[in-house]
Amino acid sequence: MDATGARAVSKPVTFPQYLLLNAKRFGGRPAMRFKDYGIWQTWTWSEQRDEIRDLALGLKAMGLTKGERVAIAGSNRPRLYWTFCAAQSLGAVPVPVYADAVADEMAYVLDNAGARFAVVQDQEQVDKIQAMAQTTPALTTIIYDEPRGLRDYDHRMLHEFGAVQQLGRSIAETDRDAVAAWEEAIMASDGSECSAILYTSGTTGRSKGVMLRASASVKAAEDTARFDHLDEHDEVLAYLPLAWVGDHYLNYAQGYVAGLCMSCPESPDTVSQNLREIGPTFYFAPPRVFEGLLTSVMIRMEDAGRIKKKLFHASLAVAKTYGEDILEGRPVSPSGRISYWICDKLVYGPLRNVLGFTRTRTAYTAGEAIGPDLFSFFRSLGINLKQLYGQTEAFLYVTCQKDGDVRPDTVGPAAPDVDIRIADSGEVQFRSPGMFMGYHDAPEKTKETLTPDGWVMTGDAGIFDTRGHLKIIDRAKDVGKLTTGALFAPKYIENKLKFFPNIKEVVAFGDGRDYSAVFLNIDLTAVGNWAERNNISYGSYQELASLPQVYEMMARHVEQVNRDLAAEPLMAGAQVSRFLVLHKELDADDGELTRTQKVRRSFVAERYQPLIDALYDGSTEKFIETEVTFEDGRKGIIRATVRIADAVTYPTATLHREAAE
Amino acid sequence: MNARIQPVQLHAADDGLKPGETMLMVDKVSLSFGGVKAITNVSFDIRKGEIRAIIGPNGAGKTSMLNVINGFYHPQEGTITFRGKARSRMQPHEAAQSGIARTFQNVALFKGMSTLDNIMSGRTLKMHANFFWQMLHVGPARREEIEHRMKVEEIIDFLEIQHIRKTPVGKLPYGLQKRVELGRALAMEPDLLLLDEPMAGMNVEEKEDMSRFILDVNSQMGTTIALIEHDMGVVMDISDRVVVLDYGRKIGDGTPDEVKANQDVIDAYLGVSR
Repeated sequence: MDATGARAVSKPVTFPQYLLLNAKRFGGRPAMRFKDYGIWQTWTWSEQRDEIRDLALGLKAMGLTKGERVAIAGSNRPRLYWTFCAAQSLGAVPVPVYADAVADEMAYVLDNAGARFAVVQDQEQVDKIQAMAQTTPALTTIIYDEPRGLRDYDHRMLHEFGAVQQLGRSIAETDRDAVAAWEEAIMASDGSECSAILYTSGTTGRSKGVMLRASASVKAAEDTARFDHLDEHDEVLAYLPLAWVGDHYLNYAQGYVAGLCMSCPESPDTVSQNLREIGPTFYFAPPRVFEGLLTSVMIRMEDAGRIKKKLFHASLAVAKTYGEDILEGRPVSPSGRISYWICDKLVYGPLRNVLGFTRTRTAYTAGEAIGPDLFSFFRSLGINLKQLYGQTEAFLYVTCQKDGDVRPDTVGPAAPDVDIRIADSGEVQFRSPGMFMGYHDAPEKTKETLTPDGWVMTGDAGIFDTRGHLKIIDRAKDVGKLTTGALFAPKYIENKLKFFPNIKEVVAFGDGRDYSAVFLNIDLTAVGNWAERNNISYGSYQELASLPQVYEMMARHVEQVNRDLAAEPLMAGAQVSRFLVLHKELDADDGELTRTQKVRRSFVAERYQPLIDALYDGSTEKFIETEVTFEDGRKGIIRATVRIADAVTYPTATLHREAAE
Repeated sequence: MNARIQPVQLHAADDGLKPGETMLMVDKVSLSFGGVKAITNVSFDIRKGEIRAIIGPNGAGKTSMLNVINGFYHPQEGTITFRGKARSRMQPHEAAQSGIARTFQNVALFKGMSTLDNIMSGRTLKMHANFFWQMLHVGPARREEIEHRMKVEEIIDFLEIQHIRKTPVGKLPYGLQKRVELGRALAMEPDLLLLDEPMAGMNVEEKEDMSRFILDVNSQMGTTIALIEHDMGVVMDISDRVVVLDYGRKIGDGTPDEVKANQDVIDAYLGVSR
């Protein structure tokens, strides 16, 4: 170790170096928890190091070498997270794949990354990989965590995770030099190697593999961990897709750098229960999760007794008046503080507990715009919810809001050590410590994304407000104009509509058209509950969506949005004139949403072309046949006659001026 | 290393039979209720380790057949031989003790109890601590409960119902209730599992899940399964052999392909060959 001794005392520049350091400095502290067979099981940092070492030595013995790619697919499991570090410790590159990707999406990533090893959770993933084996010639070894259902498979390519670790353990026990060599190799790294390839969600076209440099990733994670004061006493729940940059950054990267404890839920369906059990101190969720939480709270309160209901709504009114001011540390009258304190004891505290936020010091949301009411709701309950703006290419953080300086309509100032500028086209560009090395195997795409002077183009249109906070309007290329000349920012309209709990998804059309029109997806939980309370029976999503009462409800929501838009000079011209409620929910399996649940606008437009035509030719209903894909890949057809409704729009004084521009 | 939970593998009991040997023999069985002949002179066998389907149109006598097998009905004629022993008037609880478990066409769970407790109730026969110890919840009773809970947790894990562990089953959707019922039957670690329409009233996805569970139970735990099912697609996909009843008589018996080709079966049930 002498040769590397000098480096050992300096700051770690890779995640495996942090693993060794954490095993030394926090050896007895929890590093990982996982609920299995109904009981939370804990691994300390030193146990985690041993698990990873066994795995790494096993993988090495099986032929994994420096620079090779290791695909990882499955839900949030300790073993899969260990695989990241084990691969990195050997200089190999982990490549997480979305667990719910269909077989050919998965094969594309495996093939594009040229993965030779794949470490997967279960039979489902093995099936998907084997189904496409001929398109992934480089793949030689599949390692699985759960043996269930795999007993009768051909085991020439298949290995059990436990057996690989066992192999590594026996090497470690018989050959002390192997362990020393492993540690030495880790310490020898200067962090210049690629430490992970994360695939973008593919909102536009095929996903691209973003290569991240080890030292850059570590630096970015150190910056934000310091920014949010994370340390070894923090706990997080890792429940977002393993392959997504957010999960990798917030749980794995920040986790290793801060030495905090990561918990894995028992199954994807138990996340809300597990959240309550763990009580994470740092929490991240996309806006739709917060939306879901609010909806479920409100629905349950509808079913509560009269006294409880009254108390709840009175407390919310108090929270609305004083909550955010108290959280932000602004002056609040003593009587306000007292009533907030009482309500906190009676309502907010228990509510935070039910939601799993009792210990939450910092919560973030990102990915989509969050409704101002929704955002304020959680903040007023005393939850320090903030927004960040990030990209896979930046290894997450581009901007983030500071404690005590948070507003719902911006994403905050630049994150530590990040430079941001707005190009003449309105596009946001940045340079950051975690910046990517390039796209894997696609230098021409890398060139398209970087400016000549080395800034990353985000493709998002944004503006800085007077305080230097960034405000994202839409995708730069999606912003268009109506034939009247009015500005048309589809996402802006969609978000306004989506802030209604009854509306789940919206797709707006209008670029190059006479007026704006929208497709709506109702929220089955919220509208279904409403139907139940009003004794309206329905058999399916399709039936519920086509009910006249539901159309009336949607018409009211659209009208409300139009009223809001009319008040904004820049957006008033783009009020929604016509709308329809789609006969099926937009689904990632049908390619209508990305795996991160974002609408693929052009695909939807192509698929539902007859409906779009109907929106603009004045017809009141339209018959459509839609092919759908079931989870097992089989196809079926949904037929429906969709009704198209007109919406109330509001006159605006500024319309003429807009049109003249 | 701190102690991690090591799951005890669930297994059908080793009864000395090899896979493929006859486990249960139904020989010339007839059953009637007053003047109504439910089953007439039916014979077939169930071999160890197989998935055996009983199909037939409504009123063909399928459920009656299942009730005969687990001792709920007593046939007027014929014999049932289970593991080489011909049985006389057997009671359902004796069938349970001898390693036969079942689920019902209409879910028969304890609606007010949680999923966990329902599955735990499937282990009643395996609990040995006496009432006194159980009441005090100390010593052997406590140890025993921990052991049983481990098995139950394993079943919960197997059936992927962790999220409803503590939910009263009355509040669950039908598809999940069926899964819990299967769990309760599995908790007995049966040698022979009787499933009465395990997929009735389910959507495609739920049916696929249930098929997978049935196949996994069969291959992983080595449990022999006899099932009644209406969904032909499912039956032909998952069963090793099929017996076809019509108006209480056996009209076909064999592999799914043989049954599909059997003209009597086509006439009685399938309509046209697909």
